[in-house]
Amino acid sequence: MPNRRALLGALAAGLILAQAPMAATAQDKLPVVASFSILGDFVKEVGGDRVALTTLVGANGDAHVYSPTPADAKAMAGAKLVVVNGLKFEGWITRLIKSSGTKATVATATTGITPLRNEADDHDHGKKDKHGHNHAGQDDPHAWQSVANARIYVANIRDALVKADPAGQASYEANATRYLAQLDAVEAEIRAAVARIPADRRKAITSHDAFGYFVKAYGVEFVSPQGVSTEAEASARDVGRIIRQIKAEKIPAVFLENVTNPRLVERIAKESGAKVGGRIFSDALSDADGPAGTYIAMMKHNISQIEKALAAGPA
Amino acid sequence: MLYDLFIGPFAEFDFMRRALVGVVALSVSGGAIGVFLMLRRMSLTGDAMAHAILPGAAIGYLVAGFSLPAMTLGGLAAGFAVALAAGAVARVTVIKEDASLAAFYLISLALGVTIVSLRGSAVDLFHVLFGNVLALDDDVLILLSGVATVSLMTLAALYRPLVMECVDPGFLRSVSRSGGLVHLTFLGLVVLNLVAGFHALGTLLAVGLMMLPAAAARFWTADITRLILLASGFGMVSGYAGLVMSYSAGSNLPAGPAIILAAGALYLGSLLLGTQGGLARRLLPRRHLRA
Repeated sequence: MPNRRALLGALAAGLILAQAPMAATAQDKLPVVASFSILGDFVKEVGGDRVALTTLVGANGDAHVYSPTPADAKAMAGAKLVVVNGLKFEGWITRLIKSSGTKATVATATTGITPLRNEADDHDHGKKDKHGHNHAGQDDPHAWQSVANARIYVANIRDALVKADPAGQASYEANATRYLAQLDAVEAEIRAAVARIPADRRKAITSHDAFGYFVKAYGVEFVSPQGVSTEAEASARDVGRIIRQIKAEKIPAVFLENVTNPRLVERIAKESGAKVGGRIFSDALSDADGPAGTYIAMMKHNISQIEKALAAGPA
Repeated sequence: MLYDLFIGPFAEFDFMRRALVGVVALSVSGGAIGVFLMLRRMSLTGDAMAHAILPGAAIGYLVAGFSLPAMTLGGLAAGFAVALAAGAVARVTVIKEDASLAAFYLISLALGVTIVSLRGSAVDLFHVLFGNVLALDDDVLILLSGVATVSLMTLAALYRPLVMECVDPGFLRSVSRSGGLVHLTFLGLVVLNLVAGFHALGTLLAVGLMMLPAAAARFWTADITRLILLASGFGMVSGYAGLVMSYSAGSNLPAGPAIILAAGALYLGSLLLGTQGGLARRLLPRRHLRA
């Protein structure tokens, strides 16, 4: 069957040709894949012009429950470096890395961070494994909510970039140093803002437990009706307990997040008499023109919302 | 003790009372619609419709953000479109209603997923689009009770032809030309109830409170009036029991699934003990009537 053979030959030639342009761009810029928007921002800051960045879960996306597209797999296959959060934040990414057949180095941004355990309090987290994950007593993945951890992220990303593209070492190191200084400034700002809030008002409600590291680093207490993953659905008992707690401890405000259904939080606020604070960002950045287009903007936005809601005297 | 378990949570918390009102409203209309769906062997239609409304609700969400009116209108539009298209194809061509419904709902579902993916935002649709029984605000309660009222009034108006179509669709067609209209109106009611139920309570609850009580009621009576009353009653009982379970210490069940599990328990109980073809009646030897 000469026809079929010719066809196959053409196909093979096409495949080889298709590889060519990809190789060309790879020489210009280092192709890097970041799993979600906050990591993407870090890579952009450190990598600067030398990297061609693809962010899989974009602005306002929920990386807990993302389902990858073929375009993601393609980006992954062409990447030299894949940056992931780790701590089982993006459960789907291991499969994507495998199925895309990528030869990229996988850098885990949380390497070297002391993970917080989700405290196993009086209720059972086992009900949260609706999608096959079990969060009982596992590490809290939302480590970027503390700027100290963000510094470790940036250092890890810098090292990974240097390893993947040694020619750019000077540039990456300069970028990282500049960015780390900015992070220091943000952290000082957050601490100053928290210090301005009266100590007995440093507590609030959010719709999911994403602020464990923030709580630990800055001493503002967050309680939430859902478990650690956005997958969990609250039981009536949890909601009742939180309303009681707000009333008993006079918690001043509840906050909405950008990735979960706001109705439950609004209901709790109405019922307990707490104020609904502004929208704060936990797991994803907003669009570039939104209030939290970058990590630094996000942290600044969050702390200003928190200060506004908590610092004000009783309405 | 008993008070703490069965009444306390409702007396203490507004959200529990609201959840109960929402579930009762949904049971009133859902029970009746479920009975008709069951009698017409369309029990799976509800599930199919659940997927059919997705693109509409998604478009509403993308256009107007998290807004009840936009998402409801979108869901209704998509649901009606699928119901109308499926009904029309079934009446005009050789394809039966189930096949055409399956075709259109799959198209609709794929469209919905595509629309959402195109926008790049990967917020879990089912979390954002669909509500939580513990978080019913005024708007949602008004929507639910409005839908229940409209559904009951429409069902009352269409009662005779609907029953007729359950019993003998051929006869209805031979004596009246209104069969098609009645059928489409009924499908419209199904969509209306599902859309309201989704936004308020979530997928599982909307379909579950429609079908499980109806199926359970069938084990107790064959009379259609009693079936409807019993189905609505079962729905309310499951709603109450589910909320109590979700609140009771130690269980910590999520509220929505707890309600459906209660309805499921009612169904299984009826399956065992029901007087109309229940398993116990069937398996235990019965004494013959003697003069």
